[in-house]
This record gives sequence, C-alpha cells and structure tokens, in this order.
Amino acid sequence: MAEKLKNLEQAVDKKLTAAEMYALRPRKWLLYTAIVLILVLLVGWSGSSIHFEGLTVTGREVAKGVVSGVTHPDLKLMFGNGDTDVPYLLLQTMAIAVLGTLFGAILAIPFAFLASTNIMPKPVAYLFRVIILLIRTIPSLVWALMWIRVTGPGAACGVITQSVCSIGMISKMYITAIEDLDTRILESLDAMGCTPFQKIRYGVIPQLTASFISTTIYRFDINLKDATTLGIVGAGGIGASLVQCLNSRRWAMVGSFVWGLMVLVLIIEFLSTRVRKKLARGQ
Amino acid sequence: MEKEKHSLPAEKGKNYRSREALFDRIFKPQVITLSNGHSVIRRRSRAPLILLLLLAAILISLRMTGFNLALIIAKFDKLLDLFVKLFHPKWDFFSKVTGPLIDTIKMSILGTVIGCLLALPVAVLSSTNINHNTVIVSVFRFILALIRTVPTLVIALVCALIFGLGTFAGTLAIAIFTFGIVAKMLYESIETIDMGPFEAMEALGANKFQAFWSACVPQILPVYLSHSLYCFEMNVRASAILGYVGAGGLGITINERIGWRDYNGLGMVLLSLFVVVVAIEFFSEYLRKKLS
Repeated sequence: MAEKLKNLEQAVDKKLTAAEMYALRPRKWLLYTAIVLILVLLVGWSGSSIHFEGLTVTGREVAKGVVSGVTHPDLKLMFGNGDTDVPYLLLQTMAIAVLGTLFGAILAIPFAFLASTNIMPKPVAYLFRVIILLIRTIPSLVWALMWIRVTGPGAACGVITQSVCSIGMISKMYITAIEDLDTRILESLDAMGCTPFQKIRYGVIPQLTASFISTTIYRFDINLKDATTLGIVGAGGIGASLVQCLNSRRWAMVGSFVWGLMVLVLIIEFLSTRVRKKLARGQ
Repeated sequence: MEKEKHSLPAEKGKNYRSREALFDRIFKPQVITLSNGHSVIRRRSRAPLILLLLLAAILISLRMTGFNLALIIAKFDKLLDLFVKLFHPKWDFFSKVTGPLIDTIKMSILGTVIGCLLALPVAVLSSTNINHNTVIVSVFRFILALIRTVPTLVIALVCALIFGLGTFAGTLAIAIFTFGIVAKMLYESIETIDMGPFEAMEALGANKFQAFWSACVPQILPVYLSHSLYCFEMNVRASAILGYVGAGGLGITINERIGWRDYNGLGMVLLSLFVVVVAIEFFSEYLRKKLS
C-alpha cells in the first residue's frame, strides 16, 4: 500500500509519461499463479476420489424418461383441482412458506436485537451470534426430521421447520440493519425531550421497517424453494409427490410437477424482486 | 413556442392521472390546500389493505397446513429430549464421520470449480452491456432462471438415478446448482462495471476481445472469485444433505443415524459439520474482504 502511494506521488510530482506509468503498473502475476496453483491442487485432491463410473443399467432410460416427462407433462394432473393435483400442492407449498417465513421473521427480531453489538454488551451479543450460527448449520432436512417427532408428518412440520431455519439468515440480515442505525436521530429526539417509547416509535421503527420487510420477502423467496425439498422427508408440500413419482418412474407426472414448480418459483421471484426494488427506493 | 409552454403542464397532469395506481383511483388521495394557495396530494396509506391481504393469506395458510401451536407446545419436551442427546455427542463416532465429511468437502470443491468455470462465459454472454444481442441474452437468462428453480435435491436425485449412487452424482448436482447461481450473480455484477476503459481501448484501436481482456476482466475477476467463494460456502452446507437421496457424502451418515435413532451419533456428525462450516466461512469471509 505504501509503495503504491509512493508510486502515485512520484507520478504526480515528476509528471511521468504514460509509458513510464505503465512500467510501474501493479503486477499481480504472483498472486494469480498462487491462486491457480492452489485451485489445481485442490481439484486434483478432490478429483482423486470422485470417479465417473458410467451410467447405471437404467441410466439411459431414466434420462430419456425425464426428457419425455418434461416435454409431455400430465395435463390432467397439472390443472386438476383434487387434493393430489399440482395446483393444490403448490398452494400448500406456498402456505408452508408464508407461515414459516412470517413466524421466522417474528422469532428473528429478539435474536437480532440480542446479537447486535451496538445494543447489547459484547459477550451477550457474541453468545447469541454463536446460537444463530448453530441454528444455521443444522441442515433444514435434519430440522424437519427432528420436528417430525413432535408434530408428526404433514404440512405443520414444514411450517415449524421453516420458522426455525429462517431465524438464522433473517436475524443475520436484521443485525446489519440494526447496527447501521443512525443514532444521531435518537440524540436529536432525546434533545427534544422524547420518552423512550416515542424514541422507538419515531426514531427506530421508521429506520428498520423497510429493510426488515425487504429481508422477509427475500427469505420468502428462499423458503418457497426450500419448502419443495422438505416434502422429501414427509413435511408436506409438493416435494413428497415429486420424489415418489421420480422413484416410481412416472415421468409424465414428474414433468407436470416440475413445470408447476418452475412457474410458481419464477412468478414469486419476479414479484419479490419488484417489491424489494420499490422498498429500496423508498416508495 | 408560447402554446407549447402552456400545454406542457396539462399534458404532464394527464399523464400522471392515467398512470395513477388502481388503489389511488378507488381511495381518492386527500388534497390539502396550504395557506399560500398550493395544494398537496396526500395518498391514503396502503398499510390497511396490505395487512388485510396478509391476514387472509395467514388464515388460508393455517387452514391448509393444519398448523397447531398447542400441539407443539404440548409435545415440546420430545424435542428437548432430542436436543439433550444432540448436545452429548458420541465422541468415538468421530472416526466414522471423517470419511464422509472429507467426501462432502471434495464434492463441494470439485462441484464449485466446475460450476464456476462454466458460469464465467455464460455470465459474460448474458450481460447486456457486453453482449448487445438481446435474443441471446434473454435465452441464456431464461435457461439460468429455469435451472435455479429446480431444487438441488431433485437434481441430485435425478443424477443419482442416471449415474448411480455415490459422490459423482452429488458433484454433478452441485456443479449444476453452482452454475445457475454464480452465473446470475456474475452477470448482475458485470452490468455494473465501468465501461469507460473498454470504450477508450476500442477508440485506441484495440479489437473487442483485447479491449474486453484488458479493460473488463480486471474488474470482473475479483467479483467472480468472491462470488465463487460465497457459493462454495453455501455448497458445503448444501452438499451435507445431498446424501439423503443417495448422492454421497455426509447425508448418508445423517440419514442412517436418524433412521437408527442414534441421536448421540447424529450430534457428533452435526458437531463436525459445524466446525468445518465455521472454519470455511471464516476463511472465505477473510478472503472476500481482501478481494473487495
């Protein structure tokens, strides 16, 4: 850094020509070769134990089946209105995500305030950060398998799993919002003689709502995708049926589930991006 | 000239009215006339409507999922039992965790590298400031969006069905997932780079590739590495559960422990995963801070 500054000063003082400046350009080839070398070593190390053993006996058939399923989905399943048809399952998946995100967002608020260094003393804040990290590391499927013993299989298990899993990421983003709080506003409210309640109402809440809502909507996006996989362990939603169809090789049904899923996720992603852009611009 | 001046505000007002949101047309905004004769429009708050919709969504969701808080509170001690066992990990089980754990890390390294390498050219091709062909851009973006919608576990399951159970299927699934995410993050960052140097080099007579190589690549490279590291972090976490559908790694062990209700063993598995994830996260965060 110091050397760079010296070079810059030299250039300004002596008015170096472009060619001389070019000769003094920062050279990073050593860094780049080091990165490439490390990467090659890592790939070599990990490639040594991952072997391509060719297709399975039925591999070709499976690949063909998936392609034919996606191109020829089961239309009756796709637009039916029974309990096992795509629209109902998609709605159920969305219901899981809505409740899971909402509960998660509410549960994350105390965690976030307790883990913010500008509000709590440092030891307490770091303790809560470790707890948040613990919650985040346990994979959602493992959470689901544990909650199933409490709620039994079904969509309710998906809801409680997502509520807990969402805490990790949501509170992490809440913490950044809380630590970015502009305290000068609170000081001026203090100077005006506001009560603590008024300070929170007019000084803290308006600063936080936009980013909190934006985070929650973003997490809803993620939870919707997650909710589809939770079904694999029996936590409701579309995932269970999708995996069953995959394992029993009913490709047309697989196709209709996948199409339903793709359309739903794309629509929600589009809407959430638009809403978050509006929130970021402060409308 | 005079006429135009007069018609402009009226035109603007008309435009404004036609672009008024449906909400404002139903609930007329309040017009406040100030003491100096100007009038200000104060739109009605949308909060009640949004809250009403949210409440309806919650009620419908509660009915569809059959969520029952009382049941959860009543049976909460079962989960606490589980947690007590999880926090007393079976230490001698560690020797059986290391193999799958290293497999998981290897899967994520190889998958991330393959996915990121594939993502670079696609991201360049699907950023509007470098590729001016809108058809190609939108086709690539649509494909990327489709890839991102399919859950990783489903990709892994299909790979496992095609290529047999084991780490190869998992690696492939991670590569596909990484490709979708890194390409998207990268083209979004590429669109924000400074195109000034590129134009300057073109003006000096460099061809498109030369200009791209010396003006854009140095700007893209740190962002690309940082996105890749971030994705690697996610992949370690994600690949731990891929084994659940038979795609190799720690998931098989997790599934087995839960199947046998050996929660002390599961505690050990999760503890080692926790340590590895935290170590990788710290390392990658440090590197990403250096890069930016």
